[in-house]
Amino acid sequence: MSFGPFLLLAVLEGTVMAAVLALTAVGLSLVFGVMRVVNVAHGEFYMLGAVLAWFITYYLPFPPALAWLAALIIAPLIVAMIAALADTLVLKRLNYDPEATIVATIGLLYMLQQAALTFYGSDARPVVAPFQWRIQLPWFGYSGYKLFVVLAAVVILAAVWLFMTRTKVGLVMRATQVDRDTAQAFGINVDRVYAGTFALGGALAAAAAVLIVPIQQAHYLMGHDPLLLSFIVVIIGGLGSIRGTLVAALVIGLSDGVISMFFSPTLAKIIATLLVALVLVFRPQGLFGARA
Amino acid sequence: MTDRAKVWGVHLLVLAALFAAQFLLPSYHVTNLARIMVLAVFAMGYNIAFGYTGLLSLGHALFFAAGMYGMGLPVWHLEWLSLPALIAGLLAGGAMAGVVGLLALRTAGVSFMIVTLMFAQAGYLTLLYLNSWTGGDEGFVVARSGRVLLGFDLATDTPRFMAAFVLFAAGLLLCLWLVRSPFGRVMVAMRENEERSRMLGYDPFRVKLTALILSGLYAGAAGAAYGMLFGYVGATFATIQYSILPMLYVLLGGAGTVLGPFLGALLMFYLIDITSGYTDAYLFVVGAALVGLVLFAPKGILGTLRERALRWLP
Amino acid sequence: MAAVIEAKGLTRHFGGLRAVDGVDFSLEHGEIHGLIGPNGAGKTTFVSLLSGRIPVQSGVITLNGEDITHLPAHLRVRKGVAYTFQITSVYPRLSVFDNVALAAQSRGAADVPAEVARALAQVGLTGLDLSIAGTLSYGHQRLLEVAMGLALRPSVLILDEPTQGLASGEIDGFKALIRSLVPQTTILLIEHNMDVVMDLADRITVLNFGQVLAVGTPDEIRRNRAVQDAYLGGDHAAG
Repeated sequence: MSFGPFLLLAVLEGTVMAAVLALTAVGLSLVFGVMRVVNVAHGEFYMLGAVLAWFITYYLPFPPALAWLAALIIAPLIVAMIAALADTLVLKRLNYDPEATIVATIGLLYMLQQAALTFYGSDARPVVAPFQWRIQLPWFGYSGYKLFVVLAAVVILAAVWLFMTRTKVGLVMRATQVDRDTAQAFGINVDRVYAGTFALGGALAAAAAVLIVPIQQAHYLMGHDPLLLSFIVVIIGGLGSIRGTLVAALVIGLSDGVISMFFSPTLAKIIATLLVALVLVFRPQGLFGARA
Repeated sequence: MTDRAKVWGVHLLVLAALFAAQFLLPSYHVTNLARIMVLAVFAMGYNIAFGYTGLLSLGHALFFAAGMYGMGLPVWHLEWLSLPALIAGLLAGGAMAGVVGLLALRTAGVSFMIVTLMFAQAGYLTLLYLNSWTGGDEGFVVARSGRVLLGFDLATDTPRFMAAFVLFAAGLLLCLWLVRSPFGRVMVAMRENEERSRMLGYDPFRVKLTALILSGLYAGAAGAAYGMLFGYVGATFATIQYSILPMLYVLLGGAGTVLGPFLGALLMFYLIDITSGYTDAYLFVVGAALVGLVLFAPKGILGTLRERALRWLP
Repeated sequence: MAAVIEAKGLTRHFGGLRAVDGVDFSLEHGEIHGLIGPNGAGKTTFVSLLSGRIPVQSGVITLNGEDITHLPAHLRVRKGVAYTFQITSVYPRLSVFDNVALAAQSRGAADVPAEVARALAQVGLTGLDLSIAGTLSYGHQRLLEVAMGLALRPSVLILDEPTQGLASGEIDGFKALIRSLVPQTTILLIEHNMDVVMDLADRITVLNFGQVLAVGTPDEIRRNRAVQDAYLGGDHAAG
């Protein structure tokens, strides 16, 4: 294969990566923006989504397309419930103290990982894609499902966007983000907003995982990379800023896909993590807002 | 009895009991105890930064690994003997903490946590990337020549225990002295109120950097000793897990107490050891302990004890 | 008399707000200098510039003739400019002894316990060494704050609203304490309680809208028509 088509393939792969990353990272960003909580267990919500998708498609006696569709709805719902529970039982009782919540979500990370290991096992298992057709390009064939993933991610993100900007619940969430105390004074039930936000964040990660799981297999340790990449995206895009997160996801996803094709993926990750650290050190104001 | 006598009495008693343990306990537990003492030195270092100075780092695995590879690489590639290699490990831990501190200490709170996490992650990936030098994922076994210290073969039980004990005792007494010294008071002042401390004439950046370097020296010494005593150097020790472990020990035993890190390491080690007899769900134990501690006992065992009864406990 | 601290054209704006706007100021050696002005006149911002807590936008500050405009706050403290906080800012979880010892050891005192005892005796807190600072009454915490300033043995002591929250009996003791410090220590006193300022100060500077409205002895300030208009009439009655 000559260079041009090779680059095209890299860009296609990068776009798929960016789409899934954007979904995951927007979940993390939303949680930080509204609740000021850095959720280290976010990658485990992603992992849970993938593992649940495997269970659902394996045990439901439906044809693949229908079973997968069921997973896309049920898995995020279950993860959302787990997240809401974690918020009510743990984070709320810590009064959302930034440092304590990080320690607590690290604990949550281990607990969820262990739960997956115990009930699902240490094997990586595939989920059958809902459909199998390939698009034949002049140089190579490309999975139609991967393009569908991009489309689905765009649709879900658009839905989140409309939800945040056009609905009353979204308005309440944004009001709470701007000023928690004032929101409370105006009769907004902040507890419920927080639980809902945490649930929505988890659901987005789970949805991203259900999309990706026919391409990558479900494994109990699969949450690590999405967590790290989401961190990178959210910090570079500006914590709490959804628009910044989307742009950064596109840039990081694409460049990661392209760089990984031509260079060692390890080197790419080293550069990315160092970049995040340096951004936080030297340009914190644009990233942590007025708080840092 | 004066507070001073009580303080020294308690700490010397703990050391005496540990020394005696090697003659009283079966060999399985003696080896465990050697491991716990080295990990406790790591946790003591973490405690200097987090417990006393208020620097909540998520990157201490980097300093531990710096010590371990700072010791192991010269033994492997340059055929250094154990003593200079051990010193190289100690200094590597301190130097790494100094470099990270110069950058990370420009931030605070949550940013500091993420920056240290990212540096540690970059360090771990670098170990993998340079696998022709570091052995990558598989790591390497420390050569026999690097495990003979002052004529004692550290691969055998008694010298290994004694080496761990000497390191632990030195670390403990040094820590006790440090936190009761004027500088120890300044570290605590920085934790309690940075702005007030600045207006008493202290440079927050310098105090925090010094504390972090001290913390890194402890972590480096522990990493070097761990590699040398147990004969293996590997990239697993640079993963985030090894940044969480000392935090867990310190939170359990009591942040800002001299004996807390050891108590936490001891309890956590045996908690995992015992539960793994019934279930392999050890990750769950670690996770539940973290959540339980921040929720119900943020001061840890000795911190709570100090608040309730033993106000003189350092 | 020679100036210990001199400020020329000192300026600090916050966005559109001219918090401190071209202030010339001199603190003479050994005096008690009062700084007054209505709320929002820029008093706290001004002393924050002097002590280095806020960076200067333009203007020059000298300490005994040496330019300290860009010297970091902690080094100004080392050079003998001490600042006590308006909102009590002791270390609530440390003992009274540790609180004062932190100040004494900062300047390298040879005998820290003796220095602590001396500073505590000066403010009348002897015997409370081992109490946890956060458990003291508010008035005692204010006095502890002053003791921390004294233990620095400063050449200039900036007191930001030191009598706020003190009982009237405590205020008399406080006035005697301040008088006993001069002329070894030069005092800059920000104070709302007009009786205290008029009683203690050798000279008074009045700030209004970030600018110097008047400088003079208490009598001159009392008689100054501009000051009366801007400030004394209403606020004096209230304070």
